[in-house]
Amino acid sequence: MGKVKRSPWLLHYDASSCNGCDIEVLACMTPVYDVERFGVVNTADPMQADILLVTGGVNSQSAEVVKQLYDQMARPKVVVAVGICACTGGVFKDCYNINGGVDTVIPVDVYVPGCAARPESIIDGVVKAVQIFQERSDAHDKYVKEHGESERDLSDPDAAAREGNPADFFDAITKTSEGSRDKEAEKK
Amino acid sequence: MEEREKKRSVVPFGPQHPVLPEPIHLDLVLEDEKVVDVIPSIGFIHRGLEDLVKKRDFNEYVYVAERTCGICSFGHGLGYVEAVEKCMNVEVPIRAKYLRTIWSEMARIHSHLLWAGLMADAFGFENLFYQCWRLREKNLDLVEMTTGGRLIYSVNKVGGVLKDITPDMQKVILNNLSELEAELRDVYKTFMTDYSVQERTRGVGVLTKEQVHDLGCCGPYARASGVARDIRQLGYEAYGELDFEPVVSNDGDNYARCDVRLREVFQSIDLIRQAIAKIPNGELSVPVKGNPDGEAFIRIEQPRGEAIYYVEGNGTKFLNRFRLRTPTFANIPGMCETMKGCSYADIPLLVVTIDPCISCTER
Repeated sequence: MGKVKRSPWLLHYDASSCNGCDIEVLACMTPVYDVERFGVVNTADPMQADILLVTGGVNSQSAEVVKQLYDQMARPKVVVAVGICACTGGVFKDCYNINGGVDTVIPVDVYVPGCAARPESIIDGVVKAVQIFQERSDAHDKYVKEHGESERDLSDPDAAAREGNPADFFDAITKTSEGSRDKEAEKK
Repeated sequence: MEEREKKRSVVPFGPQHPVLPEPIHLDLVLEDEKVVDVIPSIGFIHRGLEDLVKKRDFNEYVYVAERTCGICSFGHGLGYVEAVEKCMNVEVPIRAKYLRTIWSEMARIHSHLLWAGLMADAFGFENLFYQCWRLREKNLDLVEMTTGGRLIYSVNKVGGVLKDITPDMQKVILNNLSELEAELRDVYKTFMTDYSVQERTRGVGVLTKEQVHDLGCCGPYARASGVARDIRQLGYEAYGELDFEPVVSNDGDNYARCDVRLREVFQSIDLIRQAIAKIPNGELSVPVKGNPDGEAFIRIEQPRGEAIYYVEGNGTKFLNRFRLRTPTFANIPGMCETMKGCSYADIPLLVVTIDPCISCTER
């Protein structure tokens, strides 16, 4: 691991995990394991987060929440799938309400196996994510210097349109965005 | 001065929220800062575990049942195995019963200390949070030494247990638990006497004994309101041969819940000591022949309260039905009741105070 210049903030979401990996993620924050020594801070605000830790496979209801959280994060962002369920669906793969791993919804950079993933392996995954984050933010800085604006993902036109405009963020609870609600209200 | 008309507004809470390790969504109806109504919605981590009995045979399903929840994993494995054993009329060796009792109490210590930490985090006492989780790691070391896992124990099987606690391990357990107990006294003192903690817990979220009866709450949540109901008193596994009384407090507020849960940790340490003193020598498991036929119904006391297990076999190696009623599901109506009339700032605390375990609830 090279020199880390930034301190990445970490967001944790439980997609459909059994809790085992979640409490191990929390245990990583406490003094015994302490990921804060790598400059990683646990935050609950997706807008300020750089690394997204997802535990558990996704189901139809949580898929939308995961997508929403990923959209709300500012670029550059790194996703870590913690536990075998988040990687492939794991023990719950055959359940009727499990669609599979997190990579069926959002792109995943680091896979951490284990059931439940041990704090040591979660720390290993987070350190890898910190490295990837460092590379990406260097590339991002370079892009901004050359083009004068933030890079956008043009492969997904919807995501590119949503980016930077909080009113158009997809709301997983009401299944609409604030922007589209306003438009509907105008029509009436 | 003309009285301003109070307008109601709905504030969504969750599914992703700082105090929640797990997703639950609440629609809070507010009048200014006061909460007047709460509409909970669950289902973010529903997987369909009960249906999986049709795809996994009844011996394999023990490991799936354990993964219903990572915190009370041992309890779920135990409840399922007991229900299948009752269904097949299997009598488990006495040593296995004692071992199961010791592990359930270890699971209780870990769960209650985890809760105490989250509670301290919810009222913003970071140091206390870290202290609780540091003590919890001592207990997890014992679990790892005896079972090999930190959260998923995987020691239950139909007919007994897979691993033994040797006399050497028993010495280490007794020694480490004494250390844990001594350090926990300081944490307990802070929870009970610290001025800033009492500001957030005394008189907040009061649930009366009548409300507990009407809403069907269970576990430490009900015991904090003066209901002395503890399923361990029925004497399943080795609990019948151990000496203990349910831990009860009468105030019914957050303070009483902290009190009950932390005193239960001391009680669990005492129960492990009693079990280790009385544990007999003998076999760990009995061979099981045939497949479950008929139905069985079991109640056990999880760290969060009473959990109910039901299995129905059909003579093949796949069960017809497995049903699980979890304690958090019984406590959610109580939680919504305590929230009405409280201020918006107390909501995170009141969610944590039932010790929510959403992955059990939704399975």
